[in-house]
Amino acid sequence: MSVDLSKVASTNGSTPAEAKGGPKAAGAIANWADERLGLGTAMKKNLRKVFPDHWSFMLGEIALWSFVVLLLTGVFLTLWFDPSMTEVQYNGSYDPLRGVHMSSAMASTLDISFDVRGGLLMRQMHHWAAMIFIASMMIHMLRVYLTGAFRKPRELNWVIGCLLLLLGTIEGFTGYSLPDDLLSGTGVRAADGFMKASPVVGTYMSFFLFGGEFPGDSIIPRFYAMHILLIPGILLALVAAHMLLLVYHKHTQWAGPGRTEENVVGYPMLPVYAAKAGGFFFIVFGVITLLGGLFSLNPVWKFGPYDPSKVTAGSQPDWYMGWPDGLLRIIPAWETHIFGITLSWNVMLPILVMPPLMLMVLIALPFLEAWITGDKREHHLLQRPRNAPTRTAIMVALMTFYGLSWAAGGNDIIAIKMHLSINQITYFMRGAVFIGPVIAFIITKRWCISLQRHDEGKLLHGYESGVLVRSPEGGYAEKHLPLPVEEAYRLSARDNDPTPETVEEIESSGLAGRHLKLRKLRAKLAAVFFADNVQKPTAEELHDAQHHAEHELHELEAQIAAGPNKHGPADH
Amino acid sequence: MRLLNRSAGRLSRHRRGPIAGLMVLVCGLLLTGGLYAAFAPAQADSNQSQEALVKEGRELFLVGCAFCHGQNGEGVLTQGGSQYGPALTDVGEAAVDFQVGTGRMPMAQPGVQAPRKEVVYTKEEIAALSAYVGSLGTGPQIPDTELYSTEGMSDKQLEELVVRGGQIFLANCTACHNFEGSGGAMPRGGYAPKIRGVDSKHIYEAMLTGPQSMDTFSDGNIPPEDKKAVIAYLETLDEAPSYGGLTLGGLGPVSEGIIAWLVGIGSLVGFAVWIAAHTTRSSKQKDEVEA
Repeated sequence: MSVDLSKVASTNGSTPAEAKGGPKAAGAIANWADERLGLGTAMKKNLRKVFPDHWSFMLGEIALWSFVVLLLTGVFLTLWFDPSMTEVQYNGSYDPLRGVHMSSAMASTLDISFDVRGGLLMRQMHHWAAMIFIASMMIHMLRVYLTGAFRKPRELNWVIGCLLLLLGTIEGFTGYSLPDDLLSGTGVRAADGFMKASPVVGTYMSFFLFGGEFPGDSIIPRFYAMHILLIPGILLALVAAHMLLLVYHKHTQWAGPGRTEENVVGYPMLPVYAAKAGGFFFIVFGVITLLGGLFSLNPVWKFGPYDPSKVTAGSQPDWYMGWPDGLLRIIPAWETHIFGITLSWNVMLPILVMPPLMLMVLIALPFLEAWITGDKREHHLLQRPRNAPTRTAIMVALMTFYGLSWAAGGNDIIAIKMHLSINQITYFMRGAVFIGPVIAFIITKRWCISLQRHDEGKLLHGYESGVLVRSPEGGYAEKHLPLPVEEAYRLSARDNDPTPETVEEIESSGLAGRHLKLRKLRAKLAAVFFADNVQKPTAEELHDAQHHAEHELHELEAQIAAGPNKHGPADH
Repeated sequence: MRLLNRSAGRLSRHRRGPIAGLMVLVCGLLLTGGLYAAFAPAQADSNQSQEALVKEGRELFLVGCAFCHGQNGEGVLTQGGSQYGPALTDVGEAAVDFQVGTGRMPMAQPGVQAPRKEVVYTKEEIAALSAYVGSLGTGPQIPDTELYSTEGMSDKQLEELVVRGGQIFLANCTACHNFEGSGGAMPRGGYAPKIRGVDSKHIYEAMLTGPQSMDTFSDGNIPPEDKKAVIAYLETLDEAPSYGGLTLGGLGPVSEGIIAWLVGIGSLVGFAVWIAAHTTRSSKQKDEVEA
């Protein structure tokens, strides 16, 4: 009487449904892991996490992937590099240095370059990746700033980013110093001088770092410990924090139809974004490999071992240390002699004061702006740089200052390649680092406002159609056509700037003393911050404009239909 | 007795005859004289040709150089008291051979520094000019080839020479001329020129005479064999393959930074734009299918 259930059809088909094949291996492993680690619940959400698509959102990824390349190539290099200042006689393959006495660090760097298979490629890839790492952090930072992505709730991630930039720079400098070649030794000697320029504690700091008088025999092992352990550890932790916050905050997105402050429109992590990001990793890896294979970088065999009695023309730090070096090159020889102590302003200001000051300014930017604008809301939609003219102008001014100082760091190369006098370059730069940023600020701000006006013009009067119409009176005019709705939405999806408080409002608020003064200052700054910005057209204005455009279109069609030259669309 | 009966007392047929010694002497003298005549500088002729050379050099000098350096190479001062062209009385033949042989002289126009340019005079004319200026006073001679040529050295000798030359180069030359001789900047528009691909003779002469803002490295300072070592090192640099890839002008970190930004960041941003511009779904095909 038993019924064979396996023969009972569960579908309308004639053959019973069966699972195809057995359970897949990957599925089995995933299941095994899920039962023990509980990954499924965590992954279910995050694998579907949505990232918006825009090229500028991938700049930080360049930094991340070049950091991975740094870790991989760096591990390779540690296998052969000997971070010791013990003097040895070089007996490797590079003939022009054979028999020369040098530190073990230098000798092992030469061995990596000439006697380890693929060693030179790895060394060059490591160095190029470092240059790319810091450069990409910087352009990523510019993107975040210029689009307003640093605003609440992302201020702390901005701070972490700034610290990453600082640590990346220190990591770069320690790495640059490790081979103990003539160029890097000159750099370390300069660093020693910078430390000694700090009043009172300078000499102590130098003796502490070098374990005695420069150069001693501890600086390379100490830099090595910092370079492969301490700083990468902190870097990794901060990168992790940076990315966890990114996931937690969700990615910002550009305004557009369907995109609000409450959603994220884009592609899910799996399969789309993982493929894109994973692919990008290989592209970054490939570009760095090509750089490492095609372009010579830091040819230590030509520099020879460090020797305090030698120096070479064209001694520059790597690019990211170039701007303080430039300031150092152009500052006048200011020194004060007081109580038998020499205060070297010419070293202190460009090296000990300016870089920390710039870092502080960078870190403070989001907080300063929030304070001035009084904007305490959360922002997930990005702003176009033109729609925050003062902010954009501030960054361009900073970039101009940076760029000019940077160029000053290459003053000798500029002089010989452009047949200029190094003195004239120096005098020019002394003025330009002050005047340049001001000019850049003014131009950028007005440029942004002009672009805002252009957007407003497009919204209200349509885009230039390229159709020239001759009126019955014989005059010619170009007809404008209304923007597509999507484009009009994109242009108008932004907040109007708040109206700064007036003095009367502040005075009637009952504040007194310091608070009142601060509030007044803030109102003044806000007035400057928003001055001359173009606000988006009101709904009514847009409506009128639409009417007008429709009317014009009808008129145009009528003209074409009734015109003397009947070659308009009506004929076809 | 014995003299008369010499052949009788002869011990062997092979014994030397009495004139043999004289003959050897005569042959020796002839050989020496002949060789001397063939190889020694003909004193009388040489004096004559040297005079002619100096005379020819003076004529060239009066046309091409005297305007700035004075009719007798005494130099010309401007009204302000600065030099229009320096005195050439003790610069020596080597200085002329370098300055004219590399095209630096005659200058096209007054300036901070005479740039290297196309050579104006022929080899013979340069020799004549050198001879004339050399005759004005003391000063270093044009170096002989064996002073700077590494020909005929064994590999081991050459390697040792190159190693020593590299260290001398890094200690004395790179501060201005850069670690691979690409050149460097000097104050007020001056520059230490690129010294790669320059004639070994001219490099030797430059060290010897210290042209323009360069120091003079006399033989007491850098002995001739060390000068040769530096030249050997530079030749090695020229011949060595570029181990790391393109050298980017051999200028150090500045050109490396430019490449990192333009090629590295430039291409990576390009790739980012490319990736972001392509969605995963090929919407075009889909549209076509739907249509």
